[in-house]
Amino acid sequence: MKPPPFSYHDPSSVGEVINLLETLENPKLLAGGQSLMPMLNMRYVMPDHLIDLNKVEGLSYIEDNKESISIGGMTLQRDLEYSELIKAKCPLMHDALQQIGHRQTRNRGTIGGSLSHLDPAAELPAVCAAHDAVIILQGPGGEREIPFSDFPIAYMTPVTKEDELLTGVKIPIWQEGHGYAFVEFARRHGDFAITSAAALLEVDQGGGITRASLTVGGVGAAPVRMTSIEEALIGQNGDEEKLRELCESCREIDALGDVYASSEYRQHLATVMSRRALVKAYSRSNGGV
Amino acid sequence: MGEKRKISLTVNGKSYEEEVEVRFHLADFLRQQLGLTGTHLGCEHGVCGACTILMNGRSVRSCLMLAVQADGQDLLTIEGIAPSEEEMHPLQEAFRDNHGLQCGFCTPGMLTTLLEFLDDNPDPTEEEVRIAISGNLCRCTGYQGIVAAALDAAQRLREAKGA
Repeated sequence: MKPPPFSYHDPSSVGEVINLLETLENPKLLAGGQSLMPMLNMRYVMPDHLIDLNKVEGLSYIEDNKESISIGGMTLQRDLEYSELIKAKCPLMHDALQQIGHRQTRNRGTIGGSLSHLDPAAELPAVCAAHDAVIILQGPGGEREIPFSDFPIAYMTPVTKEDELLTGVKIPIWQEGHGYAFVEFARRHGDFAITSAAALLEVDQGGGITRASLTVGGVGAAPVRMTSIEEALIGQNGDEEKLRELCESCREIDALGDVYASSEYRQHLATVMSRRALVKAYSRSNGGV
Repeated sequence: MGEKRKISLTVNGKSYEEEVEVRFHLADFLRQQLGLTGTHLGCEHGVCGACTILMNGRSVRSCLMLAVQADGQDLLTIEGIAPSEEEMHPLQEAFRDNHGLQCGFCTPGMLTTLLEFLDDNPDPTEEEVRIAISGNLCRCTGYQGIVAAALDAAQRLREAKGA
């Protein structure tokens, strides 16, 4: 099993990458390679030019901007996993990272690669959906910022244009002490999830939910925000039966089906994962305790 | 023949300068060009973990990297983990003593993965060991011997450090 022949480019600046994207025929960007390399080995993709981003300077960083965290596109999943800043301010991402692939793949895999590959069951796109992240794309005309809700345009297809590169992500952070949970159901540890759920909750001193975010991954063509459940959660107090009842509407998600899991099974898992995520997030919040 | 590039890298403490076809993945380069066949290839798409090596101390799947990407890097493969020809690494000793291998196909990947893991986490629980090797498939042992070996190795390494 060998990748088909291609020309290899290893530019050192974003400008050079964009220039190559503009001029080369049938190019493909290589980030961490943990999805693209298997696809090359199995010849699912046959690019004429491979543009390796690993030597591009300035794309690996985790920065605290008080209200948000900025992450460079080529930041390794491992560096995010071990980041004290992420653990303290974006614990949902920390939770999700433990469930991404394996140690060996997190050592190479990048956040930008995962977001651009946009597998519907991948953890980092679900985290970005949950946090209303902003994706930063750079092209010949400069930079543009895309809210994550507008980033996926179809199954495994981001809005990124052919001459654009994902250079970073901005994650708005939630109030200190917010509840969070990323739960997923996979056939084996480290496999892509069949279904996942990401929950964020802010809870007041009386135990009432004041802000909620609930995202379901692996069911729709892209992560789905359950806005009707989020609205209904406001004022609730974390009663498990009530949460179970609210999560029933996950059965209405337009679900994918494949040989591993039917669409009905995925919808069922969505109700269960959502409830588990909400229960866990509520118990982790500092309100009402 | 496809496009080629010159790369220089260190493998198991030895420097190499080689010309390599750019589409070669690192595992094929190590096995076919350098003759280091201890790194095994099971699936070639990042599922089995048999091709795991250490690059600058971090475990990576060598089938999911191009050889050209290893230019300038410091690699450690299974051939390089024993301290000498006569002596085994404590992790290898622990695998032998705990029946941590049968056919041996997964062993190079298990050892390289655990080498990094035990460095990060010198006193792991059984559950943590199982998660650490979740990306390495073994079809013979049922994993019990491997987990026992990893826990035994952790203790040996801690004692060696303390001594």
